[in-house]
Amino acid sequence: MASSDSATSPADHKRPRGLAPFLRSQMRNIAPFLTLIFLSGFFAIASPSFATIDNLGNILTQVSVTGIIAVGLTFVILCAEIDLSIASIANVTGIAVAYFTLQESYVNIANIPMPGFAAILLALALCALLGLVNALGLTIIGIPSFIMTLAMMQIAAGVSALLVRGQIAYKVPPLITTLGSGSIGGIPWIVIVAAVMLLGGHLVLTYTRFGRYVYMVGGNREAAEFAGLNVKLILGSVMVISAVCSGIGGMLGVAHFGSAQQNEFDTYLLDSIAAVVVGGTSLFGGRGGIGNTIVGLFVLGVLNNGLDHVNIDSFLKILIRGLILLAALVINVYAQRLREQAAE
Amino acid sequence: MSQGRSPILELNQITKAFGGVEALRGVDFALHAGEIHGLVGENGAGKSTLMKIIAGVHPEFSGRFVLDGKETRFRSTRDAHAAGIGMVHQELSVAPDLTVAENVFLGSQPTNRLGFVQWRQMAREAGEQLSRFGIDVDPMTRLGDLPIGLQQLIEIARVLFSGARIIILDEPTSALSPPEVERLFTTLHKLRDDGTSIVFISHFIEDILRVSDVVTVFRNGRKIAETASADTTKGALIEAMIGRGGEALEHSYTDDLMLPQPGGGSTVLKVDQLSLRRSLQNVSFAARAGEVLGIYGFMGCGQLELSRILFGKLRPDGGTLVVDGAAKTFRSTAAARRAGVALVPESRRAMLFHQEPVYKNISISILERISALLLKPVRERAIAQRQVEQLQIRPPVVGLDLGMLSGGNQQKVALAKWLTYPPRLLVLCEPTRGMDVGAKNDVINIVRDLRAKGLAIIVLSTEPETVLSLADRILVLKRGAVVREFAGEAVSKDRLLEAA
Ligand SMILES: Nc1ncnc2c1ncn2[C@@H]1O[C@H](COP(=O)(O)OP(=O)(O)OP(=O)(O)O)[C@@H](O)[C@H]1O
Ligand SMILES: [Mg+2]
Repeated sequence: MASSDSATSPADHKRPRGLAPFLRSQMRNIAPFLTLIFLSGFFAIASPSFATIDNLGNILTQVSVTGIIAVGLTFVILCAEIDLSIASIANVTGIAVAYFTLQESYVNIANIPMPGFAAILLALALCALLGLVNALGLTIIGIPSFIMTLAMMQIAAGVSALLVRGQIAYKVPPLITTLGSGSIGGIPWIVIVAAVMLLGGHLVLTYTRFGRYVYMVGGNREAAEFAGLNVKLILGSVMVISAVCSGIGGMLGVAHFGSAQQNEFDTYLLDSIAAVVVGGTSLFGGRGGIGNTIVGLFVLGVLNNGLDHVNIDSFLKILIRGLILLAALVINVYAQRLREQAAE
Repeated sequence: MSQGRSPILELNQITKAFGGVEALRGVDFALHAGEIHGLVGENGAGKSTLMKIIAGVHPEFSGRFVLDGKETRFRSTRDAHAAGIGMVHQELSVAPDLTVAENVFLGSQPTNRLGFVQWRQMAREAGEQLSRFGIDVDPMTRLGDLPIGLQQLIEIARVLFSGARIIILDEPTSALSPPEVERLFTTLHKLRDDGTSIVFISHFIEDILRVSDVVTVFRNGRKIAETASADTTKGALIEAMIGRGGEALEHSYTDDLMLPQPGGGSTVLKVDQLSLRRSLQNVSFAARAGEVLGIYGFMGCGQLELSRILFGKLRPDGGTLVVDGAAKTFRSTAAARRAGVALVPESRRAMLFHQEPVYKNISISILERISALLLKPVRERAIAQRQVEQLQIRPPVVGLDLGMLSGGNQQKVALAKWLTYPPRLLVLCEPTRGMDVGAKNDVINIVRDLRAKGLAIIVLSTEPETVLSLADRILVLKRGAVVREFAGEAVSKDRLLEAA
């Protein structure tokens, strides 16, 4: 019997005040954080080279591209949709920006060189266009996002293939090179870009009308429609936002890796989805946010990086990552249920 | 009646608080075998909370819980289910994506030895059970595709025929048509005569008096009175519920009511030859500024579809809509809202964000007006606070999650979101469903206020009382067609029922 349940004055209308219900309703935010602390602690003890400033820098750099892509994906998942084309769109955008840049003579690609800013604009236009196709398929034709973006994943991969035809390009515009692989005062530009984009995403979601609409559409789509919101416009917008974030991640990624080629970003699909979901953003929409995604990114970054510091069979690493992702999914779904119970 | 025997369920000094909100304060409640126990009380009085305690939804409370003479405590709804307690919740709790048959057997599907669901057996048994209850549907249709009233009936049927010996019905009739209510009552009496105990919650006092043997009145988390139904009257019950003279609120609309002569307000909406597949046939009418147009009909008569078309959620097959003189084809609800149309649908689940605070629920439709790019939370809360006070929503805390309000108060929130910037045309579906007598009166006053401000208002309802208490002019809809118009003449409940 909970004595805290009845010992409060009737005049005081507040949220449920007991600690247990509060923790239960906050499970989605607490669990990822505890996971992060646990993993960091574990690796710090297991390997002396893990808990160093240098290594923190490594982790930050390693999660930057994922972070940039995950910003847009957070919007999509908050709306209870999914985007499986993020990695392919990142790839094709990275290839496109190289395609429009003058390559060394030994690179055997029939490309169309042009000034740097034009190359960047064209690449951005390309990813926005692909996002728009996703948006139209989802909202106008009514194809579920899961299927629509699965098709787009293939389409974007096809465009990539046509552009590079199995070759590798190396050059991208100087601005992209700087942002992708340069650093300022010891801090890599790519980390700064990721931080700025995450912050921007957070501000949009928390302080703008559009952000509120994203949460409302994700929370109860039918109610949003009955409130007279333009649900299709909002869903379409998040698909475009996701594609553009992926495109930016792709361009910087290409500069970061030093080359543009087919299938370069394949692992980023799973990583980005994992970052968002592990962070605690609800797969059912309406709950979570960029804060969660940041924690998710760190969990993933610490895990990937930490496994390199301890002596583990590199094939086992893949399995471990899979298991951690599964655990996070279980918590995600479970947190939803606990929250509903807490609200009962 | 049941006095001499000991009750099968007895609750003593039950107290339950949600954070700072005391929902129940020292309530005693006893239920006997073979008894129908009516429960009445204002919105937020604590009726649902007490029933949820009995059904194991709220395992944490203080007080004694005695079942069959033994002190017990349920840890979950599963425990309650195992003890033979079944409940139909105020909010529909069906699974819209499952079939009718699966819903009927939710959680107890017949399986063969290997654990596979026996579909054919399940469909057949579900069909039989439902037809015993007068429901004729294909058990294999998706439940969500059926009208909401039918979904409610199916949920009731599921609990009634689950074999439970204690059955709790929390406002089960809110979406049912009069004949369906009759059928439900007959079934309840039959179950009672077989020894089942039933708790029946409703805001329709006449129904309570008709169907139950004993009535308990709640007010503000306390039990105020318990009497045999035969020994009390509607007026006395209402008085106990609200704590003041109930005569003014008691109105049964059995006598003729004179509708006013149609006024000269400008035509805000003109509907011409509207049709939609099997739901609507050549419906034409006009709604005028400063007038409340009531549209009455049984469930399934096409009201819901009509309201959806007016708000741009459904596209008609034929016919035209003219709003303020301009022909419109709404491509989205957003377009309808911009044209000055607002809709309050009948289903709370469909129109509210249960996980979000009250103020976000109220501000959602007007954000465009109060913020261009950035949100203005302070302004938002202030606006919500004003509406909450005006509509007397309780508790008056705009930061509370909507899911924590009682059903009737949620309903008021749904209305509140349109009132800050009143639309040109307000369409209300079942605006008083689930509201207590006092709150119904509040809604009537709000609607009259809005009418005086020059809004055109359309009220659609399957309850004759709702239409009669609000409307200046009444259309009767039957199988998708307008069959009768009452304007400037005498009308009564019987005349309406006769026409429908
Ligand atoms: N899960 C919850 N969290 C917080 N407060 C709650 C919760 N459920 C109910 N309450 C509060 O408890 C009080 C009683 O609510 P309850 O739902 O029992 O009322 P009710 O008598 O069923 O009213 P109605 O006729 O409107 O359905 C209300 O003040 C309500 O706000
Ligand atoms: Mg209730």
